[in-house]
Amino acid sequence: MKRLMAFIRKEFLHIFRDYRTLIILFGIPAAQILIFGYAVRTDLTNAGIAVLDNAHDEITAELITKLDASEFFDVKYHLDSYNEIDPAFKKGTIKAAIVFPGDFGARLTREGSAAVSIIADGSEANNANLIVGYTTAILNDYSAGLTKQVTSSVPVINAEVRMFFNPNLKSHFMFVPGIITLILILTSALMTSVTIVREKEFGSMEILLVSPLRPWQIIIGKVAPYFFLSLVDVIVILLMAWLVFGLPVQGSVALLIAECMLYILLGLSIGILVSTSANKMENAIFISFIALMLPTLLLSGFIFPIENMPKVYDYVSWFLPPRWFVEIIRSIMIKGTGFVFIWKETMILVIMTLFFMIMSARRFKIRLEEGEK
Amino acid sequence: MEKEKVIEVQDLVKNFGTFVANDHLTFDVYRGEIFGFLGANGAGKTTAIRILCGLSRPTSGSVRVAGIDASRPEEIKKRIGYMSQRFSLYEDLTVTENIELYGGIYGMTMKEIRPRTEMLLKRLSFTEYGDTLIKSLPLGLRQKLAFAVAVFHDPEIVFLDEPTSGVDPITRRQFWEMIYETASQGITVFVTTHYMDEAEYCDRVTIMNEGRIVALDTPANLRSKYGTTSVEELFVKITRPQKEKA
Repeated sequence: MKRLMAFIRKEFLHIFRDYRTLIILFGIPAAQILIFGYAVRTDLTNAGIAVLDNAHDEITAELITKLDASEFFDVKYHLDSYNEIDPAFKKGTIKAAIVFPGDFGARLTREGSAAVSIIADGSEANNANLIVGYTTAILNDYSAGLTKQVTSSVPVINAEVRMFFNPNLKSHFMFVPGIITLILILTSALMTSVTIVREKEFGSMEILLVSPLRPWQIIIGKVAPYFFLSLVDVIVILLMAWLVFGLPVQGSVALLIAECMLYILLGLSIGILVSTSANKMENAIFISFIALMLPTLLLSGFIFPIENMPKVYDYVSWFLPPRWFVEIIRSIMIKGTGFVFIWKETMILVIMTLFFMIMSARRFKIRLEEGEK
Repeated sequence: MEKEKVIEVQDLVKNFGTFVANDHLTFDVYRGEIFGFLGANGAGKTTAIRILCGLSRPTSGSVRVAGIDASRPEEIKKRIGYMSQRFSLYEDLTVTENIELYGGIYGMTMKEIRPRTEMLLKRLSFTEYGDTLIKSLPLGLRQKLAFAVAVFHDPEIVFLDEPTSGVDPITRRQFWEMIYETASQGITVFVTTHYMDEAEYCDRVTIMNEGRIVALDTPANLRSKYGTTSVEELFVKITRPQKEKA
């Protein structure tokens, strides 16, 4: 135990003396939270729009005010002709233009329906969809109000939508669990594989193996600091999510931390496995990146919903730990569910952890017996 | 006079598949001796050292290091020290931190480590370097320190794997003085080298070729036996003919 402590102490010295490691451990999580939180918003606020009002009547005026007053849009230009639409888009200040035909108000009051054209900037497909959706919603809302006034005898189906768990459809709710998943893979799998391979590359692994430290003690000694620092990372991310974006943990914090520990353990065993197959740090980084980071980003459901993917990817994602982990923390953080609802996902992670631990222990033993030069 | 054996090797064989890396090696090393291990790359030196250090198991034959059988490598490891040219100390740790790390790994307490560190630094006139990072020390100093660290826990045997590669002649000289001093304290030194002049400094020399021991004696005896003026000449003479046959 004393021997192990001396070794762990050395590992911490390495970490705190290397500012690059510190940046990866603490700089990247903080930066990601802020970037995803402020810059990569998938929801819409104050998008610039232009309005071409050919009708100039009471109703269009009212509608335009309504659009402008909503938190989603900001009416930047009142145009006078079609020719001005294209230049307005090119200036880049507007995301959409809304055109009311000359007989808009008249038709609406007379026939109960009228057409509007919404021209959206298709170069940002996601935004365009949102804009069209929100505009339509605002217009429908208004016309529903009108219809009610005019023909109150006709029942109108009025769907009132409420988003459970994330009432304002805020994108932070989606990305914080994703960031935790990503960061933990980075700190546990990537960093440990790199730090173990570093010993091999410099030749110090030989010295350690000749010492009375048992191989498992060397591995624990290399891995323990990263287990601890990964946990610190989780807490930092949760605190930032709470303090900066007001995203509290709905469920049990203890359960959340316990699940994170399980996931870190899983990451560490993957990291050890990677380290047995790589002899150079670049290889370790490369393997971790291709095999862990990309699938985490693309197939975990963190950015792209798994439901929308072709079935094949859905099956592939079954074998990826992040998929289950994202599900677990989303449930705990946002829905506030208890262990009863996530025990299946947890069991899958436990099995994966055991699998990788056994695999890496075996590989490590084989490597030792083969003897590396 | 019966000398005490610290390494006893009888008929050591190590195979990797069909390749025979060590072919029936038999030799003894005595306490306090400087034992040189010579041979070209691929001659089987590294394999033999790995077995002696408990990193690898022999295929057959008996190996005892510090009185302990090779089947209990964990016990052997506590009694030996090791230094290789490839790695000498962690560059991002200070001199003192490196010493404390190795002392700790070998089971010493801080109470034992502190006074010994001070003594060591004084003896090497390193006192002002205690808090210096290894990376800012010149290579020669690092190698000397690495050796001092390898014998810091008072092992019975210290294995040196090409310890002076890439070191300037003056430092090599000082390094060998340290080796002599260590041997005089009763620590056995097992050293591999490819500097033939260094072989002359050893008490006894083993020359390996293609997995076998082809010569083992004091440098003086070997020279007179084969009628050469230096170990270097001897080495060429012994290892060449077999190469040509093959």
